[in-house]
Amino acid sequence: RVKIVEVGPRDGLQNEKTLVPTEVKIHLIDMLSEAGLPVIEATSFVSPKWVPQMADQVEVMKGINRRPGVSYPVLTPNLKGFQAAVKAGAAEVAIFGAASELFSKKNINCSVDESLQRFEEVTKAAKEAGVRVRGYVSCVLGCPYEGQVSPDKVAQVTKRLYSMGCYEISLGDTIGVGTPGGMTEMLEAVSREVPVDALAVHCHDTYGQALANILIALQMGISVVDSSVAGLGGCPYAQGASGNVATEDVVYMLHGLGIQTGVDLPKLMDAGAFICSSLNRKTSSKVAQAACKL
Amino acid sequence: MGNIPTTVKHCLSYEQLIQDYPWLGSRLQEEKEMVPTRVKIQLINMLSETGLPVIEATSFVSSKWVPQMADHTEVLQAIHRSSHARYPVLTPNMHGFQDAVAAGATEVAVFGSASETFSRKNINCSIDDSMLRFEEVICTAKQQQIPVRGYVSCALGCPYEGPIEPTKVAEVVKRLYELGCYEVSLGDTIGVGTPGSMAKMLRYVMKEVPSSALAVHCHDTYGQALANILTALQMGICAVDSSVAGLGGCPYAQGASGNVSTEDVLYMLHGMGIKTGVDLSKVIEAGDFICKALNRKTNSKVAQARSKSS
Repeated sequence: RVKIVEVGPRDGLQNEKTLVPTEVKIHLIDMLSEAGLPVIEATSFVSPKWVPQMADQVEVMKGINRRPGVSYPVLTPNLKGFQAAVKAGAAEVAIFGAASELFSKKNINCSVDESLQRFEEVTKAAKEAGVRVRGYVSCVLGCPYEGQVSPDKVAQVTKRLYSMGCYEISLGDTIGVGTPGGMTEMLEAVSREVPVDALAVHCHDTYGQALANILIALQMGISVVDSSVAGLGGCPYAQGASGNVATEDVVYMLHGLGIQTGVDLPKLMDAGAFICSSLNRKTSSKVAQAACKL
Repeated sequence: MGNIPTTVKHCLSYEQLIQDYPWLGSRLQEEKEMVPTRVKIQLINMLSETGLPVIEATSFVSSKWVPQMADHTEVLQAIHRSSHARYPVLTPNMHGFQDAVAAGATEVAVFGSASETFSRKNINCSIDDSMLRFEEVICTAKQQQIPVRGYVSCALGCPYEGPIEPTKVAEVVKRLYELGCYEVSLGDTIGVGTPGSMAKMLRYVMKEVPSSALAVHCHDTYGQALANILTALQMGICAVDSSVAGLGGCPYAQGASGNVSTEDVLYMLHGMGIKTGVDLSKVIEAGDFICKALNRKTNSKVAQARSKSS
């Protein structure tokens, strides 16, 4: 069995050019809940000054119909964001580290160590409040500034997030440059430090490698996969290139392998069709493209 | 799913064959415009410079059925043949074979199917009858020392029959191999396969034919191609068909994608440390050229990423 973490409403929409009205986001999340996704990243409590697409964070949290058994994590970059998230009703939060120093500096304006210190404040507060924390590590297979990233560095950062209390850490191939070769090497290093059932993969499809990389991860014992409905969210480092892997395509592969996900693919495709028409863009999912053309 | 099988590591020491088939069957035929002969010739010449070991040049199917390939003789005679590459051509029957040889072909390919309905609809005869035709071609080719490659379409599903029994695929592959095809390429014609069905099909086929005589021809209609190719590599397959820029849509789902892009396949193989002898940047250039000539966007994600990053 594989758990799919749907990041479309947050990671996806944050990286789309068009700003989406609040009611559209809420409807999308509701449709995704109906499609059987067990985890749906709803929004982000990063300051709207930095991420205007997520300015309606509180409204979204309050507007969605939370399906029993489904988790709706939100991004919280620091204690302030965490407090706002809990106030808005969040029951699970996510923190975002990097395996590359340069990326950390450019993306969140501090070193990896400094970011981990900030996160420790969040995880402490979360423990006290009984709120689960998911960790993300970006640039696990390559960095837009540093190029290659050492698997040991990835392992180190992952281990720290795990030790401070993250129940799961998602390993992100941020610029999609990874291949099954690099994925294997990186996962070998990380799984020496953190148990494999606390790991997830977040593959980008910028070079078309995502499904192959996910397959390798599954073969190595990973059973949690992040993806984005309709492949929402381009690559912020290569204008116009693709980013997130499409949930529809991942689910198609997993079901073809006889792996259960709990996801209803036709309902998922409906959600994809809905958000694409709202954004006035074509889907990036090949399954969705094929299904509507046959 | 367990550990990664060691067969992938075996591939690291072999020369990986990447077959490039820009014109196969309904490939360039699916491109709506008629492509000028000189454009085809230039494309093949550019591909010859990349290090690709096999480039399917054209098809000696009757131009009544496939007008896109009417210039087959001209193309075959005009291309610069690299000493490092082979240039097979499609030959559905004796007539086509004879024309191909007269035009200078040194390798040919025959095209069977694992689905009866597909065979009847695509080439107007049953699988058995098609094998009789191919036997003629293969026997004659053997006498003239011309190697023959076989293709089996619908290996993972048929647009008419739906799922196809792996035992049927194995039967057809075995027949082509025993008739004398040096290699048989297993085609996921409508791209519906996943690593699950690919593994199952290959297990059955490999009971009848050695993996060294097999290739995979995956379509990317459902985005599964690279994952399916990876599965095939892990099971010991060392030959992969692909198409520069992912040329060739799916004839059964108008507008949907078809062939997997050579660029994306190479990126994966090179990332895994597998040798192919192919220069990826030159393939990207060839892809750029043909896309401009056809006035269309590439289907290769690698080509898209490379052209967009600063």
